[in-house]
Amino acid sequence: MTIAELFEYTFIRHALIAGVLASVACGIIGAFVVTRRIVSIAGGIAHASFGGIGIAAFFGISPVLPALSFGALSGILLSLLGKKKGSLSEDTGVGILWATGMSIGVLFLSLSKGYTGDLFTYLFGNILTVTVRDLIGLAILDTGIILLIFAFFKELVSISFDEEFAEARGLPVLMLQIILFFAIALTVVVLMKIVGIILVIAMLTLPSATAKRFASSIKKLILYGIAVALVDIAIGLLLAFRFDLPAGASSVLVATVVFLLAQLVPRHLH
Amino acid sequence: MLPMPSQSPHDSNAIMVSGLSFFYGKHAILTDVTFSLGEKGFIGLIGPNGAGKSTLLKILLGILHPSSGEVNIFGKDPREVRECIGYVPQHTVVDPWFPITSKEVVLTGILSRKKVLRRISSKEKSQVLRSLALTNMTKFANTQIHTLSGGERQRVLLARALVGERKILLLDEPLTGVDAPSATELYRFLKDLSERMLIILVSHDVGVVSSYVDKIFCINKTVHTHESVEDSLSNLEKVYGCPVDLIAHGVPHRVLRDHTDDNS
Repeated sequence: MTIAELFEYTFIRHALIAGVLASVACGIIGAFVVTRRIVSIAGGIAHASFGGIGIAAFFGISPVLPALSFGALSGILLSLLGKKKGSLSEDTGVGILWATGMSIGVLFLSLSKGYTGDLFTYLFGNILTVTVRDLIGLAILDTGIILLIFAFFKELVSISFDEEFAEARGLPVLMLQIILFFAIALTVVVLMKIVGIILVIAMLTLPSATAKRFASSIKKLILYGIAVALVDIAIGLLLAFRFDLPAGASSVLVATVVFLLAQLVPRHLH
Repeated sequence: MLPMPSQSPHDSNAIMVSGLSFFYGKHAILTDVTFSLGEKGFIGLIGPNGAGKSTLLKILLGILHPSSGEVNIFGKDPREVRECIGYVPQHTVVDPWFPITSKEVVLTGILSRKKVLRRISSKEKSQVLRSLALTNMTKFANTQIHTLSGGERQRVLLARALVGERKILLLDEPLTGVDAPSATELYRFLKDLSERMLIILVSHDVGVVSSYVDKIFCINKTVHTHESVEDSLSNLEKVYGCPVDLIAHGVPHRVLRDHTDDNS
């Protein structure tokens, strides 16, 4: 089968568009996740979002808003935890939110009447069943992410580079942190369909970690991250179609291989 | 406590601190600190670890708030005069592998609460370039910071602190990890600057600091000020709480002391 013949399948076209939209989110948010070293926080937000999915299944409504609410709420809680230097560390908070969110999700899903085969889809994604409605939803979420991040771009770069100095300049660090975590929660919802909640961390980390080796600025890191994520998702998609494998896991494994190969390339000095 | 030098109402005090105390939980970091500083000068702030040096700087920057006492900068609360104060934090805070160029680092010095959701103006862009020129970093403007040496990175952080019209410069151990010749160059640069603005430098390097600064503040929970640098050095033992050996330049008395015993 040639590439042209492949493109005649609607679901492949949809999957690729979904892949492009997801890559944009990965590239933008992944740049901050990797440089701010908040990978475990991003993971916490992702897994906490699963609680929303369980609730949505129980009430028979679309998972988007509940998942986003759970994710956003976790983000806000973690921001506040990070700010207060109390006995509860941010790290512990991440563990608690991660486990609690997952448990709430599993609990409510098990209590749900009706079709819950979606469980596997939410956990591991299913890019090959993306509908046009899904694509519109993804486009809207992407627009939200782009608007948020670029409105506050220079401030987000500043707090990622040197938070103490930013505070001394009077920047509203807590507010900016919450904005970033909210954008992560949005990205989680975008990536849910593509790689599933369990592997969201991978797509927020691997493409940007790969790109970081070659990027001399955050803007370049975002662009290169989008490109790498797109390659990862596209190749994973093709492997999944060709060999009847789960697309999400395939994309993540491709991402890992690409990352490892990138380590062999000598660094570019700008 | 030394008696305060008399203050006439015409003294243009840039910084005035009175009865400042700071507690971290039950722990007293600073107790009853009182001093004032004019608009120009080069002040060295020395003292042992945990003595409260960084805390004092953070209070002057408005990042931390005093538990009690008053802090006025140009007669106002530190949070209201952020535009006037430049800050070079300890070097460990900055991740050299962060993908950012020298110019972009200095650009973050322009940012403030007022600039959120506003674009950087061309006037501000030229301020950035001017600051880079001032610290001799123009040729590194578009270079990623991890390719720079320790001394060059510090110059970038200094450029960031100086961008715009700062009247006060606070530096927290700015010369850690910087080689001796670069450090000397930096000290000379700061000395020149101190003719136009007030510079407070926190340092462990007592000996070198003393050759350049006009005054030394010794801090160990409270601040000891002295009439002269020589005076400060001979009182170091009190501040550090142990016999202190040091080698200093330009100080007339001998400052190497015999240890009566080896325990402090």
